[in-house]
Amino acid sequence: MTVALGIIPALPLAGFLLCILLGPRLGKSFVTAAGVGSVGLATVAAWTRLIPYLAGTGMPVVERIAPWISAGSFSVDLSLRLDPLSGLMVSFVTFVGFLIHVYSIGYMRHDETDAGYARFFAYMNLFLFAMLTLVLANNFLLMFVGWEGVGLCSYLLIGYYYEKDFAAAAGKKAFVVNRIGDFGFLLGIFAVFSLFGTLDFDGVFTRAAAEPTRFAPGLTVVCLLLFLGAMGKSAQVPLHVWLPDAMAGPTPVSALIHAATMVTAGVYMVTRCNVLFRLAPQAMFVVAVIGGVTAVFAAIIAIAQTDIKRVLAYSTVSQLGYMFLACGVGAYVAGMFHVLTHAFFKACLFLGSGAVIHALGGEQDVRRMGGLAPRLPVTYRTFLVATLALSGIPPLAGFFSKDAILTGVFAVHRPILFAIGLFTAGLTAFYMFRLVSLTFYGEPRMTPEQVNHVHEAPPTMTLPLVVLAFLSMVGGFLGLPEVFGERANRIAAFLAPVLPPVFLPGRAEAGHALPPSTEWLLMGVSVAVAVGGLLLAWKWYAKEGGRPAAKLAASFPAVYALVVDKFRIDELYAVLFVRPFEWLARMLWKVVDVLLIDGVLNAGAFLVELTGDALRFLQTGNVRNYALTFLLGVVALVLIVFGFGGM
Amino acid sequence: MITGGIPLSDVLLASGALFVIGLVGALLRRNAISIFLSIELMMNAANLTVLGYAAALHNLEGQVVVFLVIAIAAAEAAVGLAIFVALFQHTETIDVNRINLLKW
Repeated sequence: MTVALGIIPALPLAGFLLCILLGPRLGKSFVTAAGVGSVGLATVAAWTRLIPYLAGTGMPVVERIAPWISAGSFSVDLSLRLDPLSGLMVSFVTFVGFLIHVYSIGYMRHDETDAGYARFFAYMNLFLFAMLTLVLANNFLLMFVGWEGVGLCSYLLIGYYYEKDFAAAAGKKAFVVNRIGDFGFLLGIFAVFSLFGTLDFDGVFTRAAAEPTRFAPGLTVVCLLLFLGAMGKSAQVPLHVWLPDAMAGPTPVSALIHAATMVTAGVYMVTRCNVLFRLAPQAMFVVAVIGGVTAVFAAIIAIAQTDIKRVLAYSTVSQLGYMFLACGVGAYVAGMFHVLTHAFFKACLFLGSGAVIHALGGEQDVRRMGGLAPRLPVTYRTFLVATLALSGIPPLAGFFSKDAILTGVFAVHRPILFAIGLFTAGLTAFYMFRLVSLTFYGEPRMTPEQVNHVHEAPPTMTLPLVVLAFLSMVGGFLGLPEVFGERANRIAAFLAPVLPPVFLPGRAEAGHALPPSTEWLLMGVSVAVAVGGLLLAWKWYAKEGGRPAAKLAASFPAVYALVVDKFRIDELYAVLFVRPFEWLARMLWKVVDVLLIDGVLNAGAFLVELTGDALRFLQTGNVRNYALTFLLGVVALVLIVFGFGGM
Repeated sequence: MITGGIPLSDVLLASGALFVIGLVGALLRRNAISIFLSIELMMNAANLTVLGYAAALHNLEGQVVVFLVIAIAAAEAAVGLAIFVALFQHTETIDVNRINLLKW
């Protein structure tokens, strides 16, 4: 018996309804059962569907649930699609989502009321529902519904501690910045419809691939608009500003939404539309450049941050840049592979940072940490594994996916982008090991009470850490480079059906195979860079207590201040957009509303009052006056009707 | 035109005279009951006009209307007198010059 695809998103939706409606009354045990149980069931449902599918041919399966909108030539169904791409996303969204839900039991249990606990799990469930809708959608419109749904849940969960001003502000910021991207995405969907007359993925992509010369001219604009949406959701420069602030939410939220799943939706969307993008080389180039710039830009900022979650947030932005760099050079498989491995190790890192914060009673500043390795053994080991995976140390997962991206960039002969990618790899290793050194090595820099308070997290928190660390170790073997054999890159073979051949006349398909010697060389270089960054960070921060770094910062105070302030992008936006809009709003309020609209109303009322004041003296209250007036009126009427009428 | 021996013009003159008497009374009297009686006078002047025309035109409809008006006048008199009684109980007067609460 096969499970209907609709069941997979429906289960978290049911969990959401149970948690939000009954949760506050029935207490934490019920919420745990409903919220975590529904996601667990969804994971089981997804995998019972996926395992037979993996053995099959990879033909897309479309399941139509109901007709949705039908107006003239425009018709959209509520239909879900299982193909290798959505299957890959569903597999880790459900699984990593489930692990993070389990982790949340331990993380959220202590400090929240029943209502807050229920709200947390309700939003997390709603998020998974929206994310699965996004991933499984068979047309652009349903994808957009999921897209907006995850944005809403992101807003709700960033502002989870809504009584704190900065959390509420961060939520609003995420929402508004995402809106800019969504605006582009929506326009892109309109453009797709006007170009192809349908929004179904199959229809659009087969038509585009069948007549490339006809559609290619319009596709550059379409792809740039779609990519604007991806930039907002996946926090690419210049729309990256919301993601670091999103760390105001609880740590499991950062792990689930702002590292593992939602932020990769942009990469997923671009990969989903790869047929369109490959027909628009200029748009591809923009994708690659934005990705590369974001990767290096965020990595530089990450070096100077002192908040443990903020370092990880900028690291996420940087890695998302990597994924877009891969998409931009046509290495979609490498991009999706990095999405998958990144979900494992970044979720592990965030959950590990949550365990550290939990152990220190809410401390997030790495300057007041240190020496935690012997006190938090499980957290330390898993964090270290995930760090090495992210840094690209073989044979951990990140090495293979990052190497696939770098190889892809190298193969299309873009030396500057390749250099940026390699430089970022070194920076990544450096800032991650700086983080590990500051957090886990050296002397404790906490207050004595905090040192005594430090304790390893409960099993519900450490178990997901161990599982994710294990996946970070072995996940890379899904996509071994081609030098290990023809069939070694299983993920590429798996994803091949969603990357149909597209031929744009006068332009060769990018991404031809490299000779094995070059591949070995590339691997060697990327490992050398990663190890170099790692050792430098270890030497500076673990052995010499950060003194060389402080000396370096002191010799370039202006540059250092700029990096610490995240290149003052927020300040720039405040000057360019926020303050003019505040001024405009104030003007609309004080001048248009108070002066003009209220003024017209008040003037009208005043005029009526003045007239009434003058006329009220006619009302004497004396009946005989009224009678006389009445008589005069009758006489006047008679005169008008008969007197003048007769004349 | 002749109505039962009396010319229509005479009937109209009589009813006009009655109406003006009633009108002057209604405007000049201060006693509410007197005003009320004056108004009755005006109404009956109107009735007389209708009757005069009904006879002159040999049409019974006018007479029917007058019956109706008389019946309504009876009801109206009952209501009006009730108002005056209530008014007197409150204000101890039925002088309309002193009953002028309904003003600014």
